[in-house]
Amino acid sequence: MLRVEGLNVFYGAIHALHDISLTVNDGEVVSLIGANGAGKTTTLHTITHLKEAQSGIIEYNGKDLRKAKDNTIISMGMAHVPEGRHVFRDMTVQENLEMGAFILNDKAVIRKNMDMVFEYFPRLLERRRQSAGTLSGGEQQMLATGRALMSNPKIVLMDEPSMGLSPLLVKEIFKIIKTLHANGITVLLVEQNAKMALSIADRAYVLETGSISMSGKASDLLKDENVKKAYLGA
Amino acid sequence: MPDQIVTFILQVLNGLKIGSVYALVALGYTMVYGIIKLINFAHGDFIMVGSYALLYTMPIMVSLGMPAWIAVVMAIAICVLVGITVEKVAYKPVRKKGTNMSALITAIAMSLFLENLAQTIFGAAPKPVGTIFTFPDMIIGKVKVNGNTILTIIIGVSVMIALQFFVRKTRLGKSMRAVSEDGQAAILMGINKNRTITMTFAIGSGLAAVASLMYCASYPQATPTIGAMLGLKAFVAAVLGGIGSIPGAMLGGIVIGLVESLSKAYIGDLTGGVITSAFSDAIVFGILIVVLLVKPSGILGKNIGEKV
Repeated sequence: MLRVEGLNVFYGAIHALHDISLTVNDGEVVSLIGANGAGKTTTLHTITHLKEAQSGIIEYNGKDLRKAKDNTIISMGMAHVPEGRHVFRDMTVQENLEMGAFILNDKAVIRKNMDMVFEYFPRLLERRRQSAGTLSGGEQQMLATGRALMSNPKIVLMDEPSMGLSPLLVKEIFKIIKTLHANGITVLLVEQNAKMALSIADRAYVLETGSISMSGKASDLLKDENVKKAYLGA
Repeated sequence: MPDQIVTFILQVLNGLKIGSVYALVALGYTMVYGIIKLINFAHGDFIMVGSYALLYTMPIMVSLGMPAWIAVVMAIAICVLVGITVEKVAYKPVRKKGTNMSALITAIAMSLFLENLAQTIFGAAPKPVGTIFTFPDMIIGKVKVNGNTILTIIIGVSVMIALQFFVRKTRLGKSMRAVSEDGQAAILMGINKNRTITMTFAIGSGLAAVASLMYCASYPQATPTIGAMLGLKAFVAAVLGGIGSIPGAMLGGIVIGLVESLSKAYIGDLTGGVITSAFSDAIVFGILIVVLLVKPSGILGKNIGEKV
């Protein structure tokens, strides 16, 4: 469903991504792991058009995403949970979720989706009238994830959902990703927590200073000596 | 009721009147700043555009047999058009290529351009603006209140309530807040940022047109530089309230209006004639300096924390 081929991205003179190629098939959870600064976030930003690519192909269900307008990506069924959550801090939890459904017009569908999000994250229901800035880091991550689900996406791009969260909350977030997977939603997951990311993914790519150095079945990568040494702390 | 209290009430009403003008103009500054982080120095000149629009459309409307207030609608439309054009022609290209500093200089240039253009077209001499509305004076007890003052306050307050409703309750208004808070996240939600910016300029310019109507009701003269001082004071109001904050702009406008009016009335007596009412502008700008020193983010502004 998502195919990236020969992607090159620059920040000024810095060549951030070298010939990145990856695919995500329908219903898969694919992880993109790598060290800080390897280009994981840049990859996601380029896919959803927050960042312009120099060359390469980004194709989603046969559509050329590089030609799409930045704000139309979500209408194609692709939602992006950005790194650092980026909730609308001065808006309430409910308003944040409404913004997640901005592209939908049917009030009944919006309400249904909001009920679904509250079922995933009961904490958000408790805090629906609170402004998002007052939520804890974990709750904000829940909100950012829930906001992305409001548009009925087919694929969700998640950028470092575990960042800054306690181990307990990390587990909770990963449980949600599993549930999404079980419900047929495709996930492209970017993570520094390689162990967690590999344990729930079908396949994975390893990004090293802007290039893909390894790829394969996540279960194989978990056993790979190099991956173990570099990313799993073993 | 003693005369002093009557005077005081009248001064407060005057302050509220000019304060609601400042508030409407300050809203334009603050909304545009919130969304593109630009101090639109040409915003004050939109008031000037509004006053000339009123001046020239009113006789046309009357000669066409329509009521004079239709001119208000025309003035708003013209201001909105000018505001959107300035954004599209001058600011948008600079925003794409340049830095914040070049955008700021472009804004100052647009302000000078509009003032000089007006001077070329309409001449430098002040022109009288016809009366659009007159509201009968009201007598409450011993207090005789100017009807236009009351009407100006009513218009200002109603427009502010309507704006709050728009921004808090409607889908478009919320999307505007979303872009203002986090442009990138808003794009990911499918919100069209450019269209939201256009809408913000349209609303800001429309408010400036209403402000010019309110201002001309008390000071019915159009000049090419009518918006310069008015705009500057409204900018002070926006900074005082916390630039980027909509309630802040409203509060800042009212506070500046009251300070100006009350200082004009009482500063001479309070200081035994050392500081005269001629200093009221200096007091307004003095407040700006104090605010910048004590609470740079303004009364209702937020300190923007580090992004994590």
